[in-house]
Amino acid sequence: MKATCYAGRNTVEVLDVPEPRILNAHDAVVRVTSTAICGSDLHLIDGYVPTVKKGDVIGHEFMGEVVEVGPEVANLSPGDRVVVPFPIACGRCFACAEGLYSICENSNPNAGMAEKLMGHAPAGIFGYSHMLGGFAGGQAEYARVPFADVGPIKIEDDLPDEKVLFLSDILPTAYMGAEMCDIQPGQTIAVWGAGPVGQLAVACAYLLGAGEVICVDRHPYRLDYARRAGARTLNYEQVDVLDALRDLTGGRGPDACIDAVGMEAHDPVPAMYGYDRIKQALRLESDRPYALREAIMACRNGGVVSVVGVYGGLVDKFPMGSLMNRSLTLRTGQCHVQRYMRPLLERIRAGEIDPSFVVSHRFPLREAAHGFQLFKDKQDDCNKVVLTP
Amino acid sequence: MSTKSDILARALGWVSLALGAAQLTAPRTVSRLSGVDDSRLAPTAVRIMGIRELMHAAVLLGSRRPAPWTWSRVAGDAMELALLGRAAAARTGRRRRRAVAATAAVSGITALDLAAALYASGPRGRRPMRLRASITVNRPREEVYAFWRDLENLPAFMLHLESVRAMGERRSRWRARSPLTDVEWEAEILDERPGELIAWESARGSMVTTSGSVRFADGPAGLGTVVHVTLDYRVPGGTVGTAVARMFGEHPEQQVRDDLRRFKQIMETGEVLVSEGSPEGVRALRQLRQRPAQPVGSPS
Ligand SMILES: NC(=O)c1ccc[n+]([C@@H]2O[C@H](COP(=O)([O-])OP(=O)(O)OC[C@H]3O[C@@H](n4cnc5c(N)ncnc54)[C@H](O)[C@@H]3O)[C@@H](O)[C@H]2O)c1
Ligand SMILES: [Zn+2]
Ligand SMILES: [Zn+2]
Repeated sequence: MKATCYAGRNTVEVLDVPEPRILNAHDAVVRVTSTAICGSDLHLIDGYVPTVKKGDVIGHEFMGEVVEVGPEVANLSPGDRVVVPFPIACGRCFACAEGLYSICENSNPNAGMAEKLMGHAPAGIFGYSHMLGGFAGGQAEYARVPFADVGPIKIEDDLPDEKVLFLSDILPTAYMGAEMCDIQPGQTIAVWGAGPVGQLAVACAYLLGAGEVICVDRHPYRLDYARRAGARTLNYEQVDVLDALRDLTGGRGPDACIDAVGMEAHDPVPAMYGYDRIKQALRLESDRPYALREAIMACRNGGVVSVVGVYGGLVDKFPMGSLMNRSLTLRTGQCHVQRYMRPLLERIRAGEIDPSFVVSHRFPLREAAHGFQLFKDKQDDCNKVVLTP
Repeated sequence: MSTKSDILARALGWVSLALGAAQLTAPRTVSRLSGVDDSRLAPTAVRIMGIRELMHAAVLLGSRRPAPWTWSRVAGDAMELALLGRAAAARTGRRRRRAVAATAAVSGITALDLAAALYASGPRGRRPMRLRASITVNRPREEVYAFWRDLENLPAFMLHLESVRAMGERRSRWRARSPLTDVEWEAEILDERPGELIAWESARGSMVTTSGSVRFADGPAGLGTVVHVTLDYRVPGGTVGTAVARMFGEHPEQQVRDDLRRFKQIMETGEVLVSEGSPEGVRALRQLRQRPAQPVGSPS
């Protein structure tokens, strides 16, 4: 079958690989009908996620039809249409019992590797490095889904793929980003990054009662998407973000700030950008935390900084003094997708949110490399790419 | 009092200091002499090695009893040998000759390091290897205890064990894989307190001298079971065997932690999860040498 494989820094290739089969009793095999490219995949192909190997099948946003189930999977049968959450979770450990699926204690066979880098190991993730499990990803014709009795959600009505595909990752991620802000009615929330995650975070912050959401990016077409989700927008290449946010919030700063940018932030101050870029290239710091620094500095006293942008290792010049002295709360995590799929599917059914507005490009799977290029280089107003095998 | 091995260790400390200084101040020259100057990363790698050497120098020259520390040098040598070996294999001509010469030089130093370390772990220094690990399992204490007490279950999560056969209430026969041959021994349960403790020891005259104990306690707030494991080994080859195993990535401590993780998986989910990176199961070694995360395909 065809699958998107990592082929070295900045390159992916669609290759012929074997078809998956059941390896564990809780597995299912899914014939993928739609899969998407995520901002997280960019960190991976740009070479900032350790322990990715050439040949790894990537992709963690996918849905499809169940074709085979292991003996321990009672809730699914061949023919079922399912969306698969990107973190792999057993549903039985302490973390899963608390709803913290992305830190499941039983789903990362290479926990020892992650432990060395992070102290303790998080859950396994589809197609996202060996340290996070060494699982083949979902940008493929078929995918093996471990713990299929826990993760996948059945879609029983005729909602089209594009309306439900993003339950696999970016919609729950955006929702969790907004939820972590603990929004009180009428509050002002600022979102860094007008990528698909940021755009959906704008929509989710309103769903959770925000009075105003402000979104920061530099690509006008992406800011347009954010505006369509209801945001007021700031182009950080045109305004001083800290000043503008003070103006918009009576001098206090936003009640909560969401980082939907992650470790490859761009910095409008060339010297700072150069500094972080060089340190990152030399692997002296693995992450460029420009948006995160700004989100912390901007947040009002006592506010919340909610980080859903992905970080891989170490950051430099972290404004700990600002965080500590101003009683800020920092909350973060890979999304506990399983926790949000059902309620968000209900909201999609009820018409309260339709995440399909983020899609800008559709390609057959064999053109994945082209999709990656457009998405990475922000060419052709590329916002979100959906691939069909 | 300085022993002969401490004197050798201190001499090696001076070697480290000289080497480290050269690697840090003239990384390009060092990479040229080692035949790896065509690699963009070589100067950085050489600098890192230099920092390592200086650390060894500090420890070896700064410690009153430096000999045991030479094991850290042995491990470092192994790393350098591996890098140089790869460099030599990938090159031709002049560079290859230099890489081979550098490999030979490092091999010589490794022999000295090994000698110093072995001296140090002579009769006085030879202690059994003690490993400890703990894990918290989301199942009731009686159930967790009962699974472990059936010793025949151990190979399901202890990957070095081939099999355990019960030979009565307290006696059992264990078979384990080791890098060279399989080893077998008999073990006897010395103490058991249902739901609390199991302690065992290999029978007298066995090829392997090992003992172990596992304690079970209620988890915090009565949730689940905390499992503490202690293992003592005197393996064939002694400290050298352990060091060699470490070089090849089988950190014994990690091995035990991974074993316990698999134990937890079996107790909580009923099976050991595998991924495409190491579908044949997960030993510490496999975590280092993963295959690409591609579907495994049908067994043919
Ligand atoms: N926590 C999770 O579970 C989870 C899940 C999915 C994605 N993510 C992460 O969320 C982040 C966004 O994902 P995406 O798919 O929207 O990615 P994306 O790459 O499409 O969007 C990132 C956006 O950030 C903007 N940006 C860069 N530097 C900035 C700065 N200094 N200030 C403001 N904006 C800046 C870019 O212009 C871009 O539009 C990524 O880090 C991704 O890895 C996390
Ligand atoms: Zn994603
Ligand atoms: Zn779990």
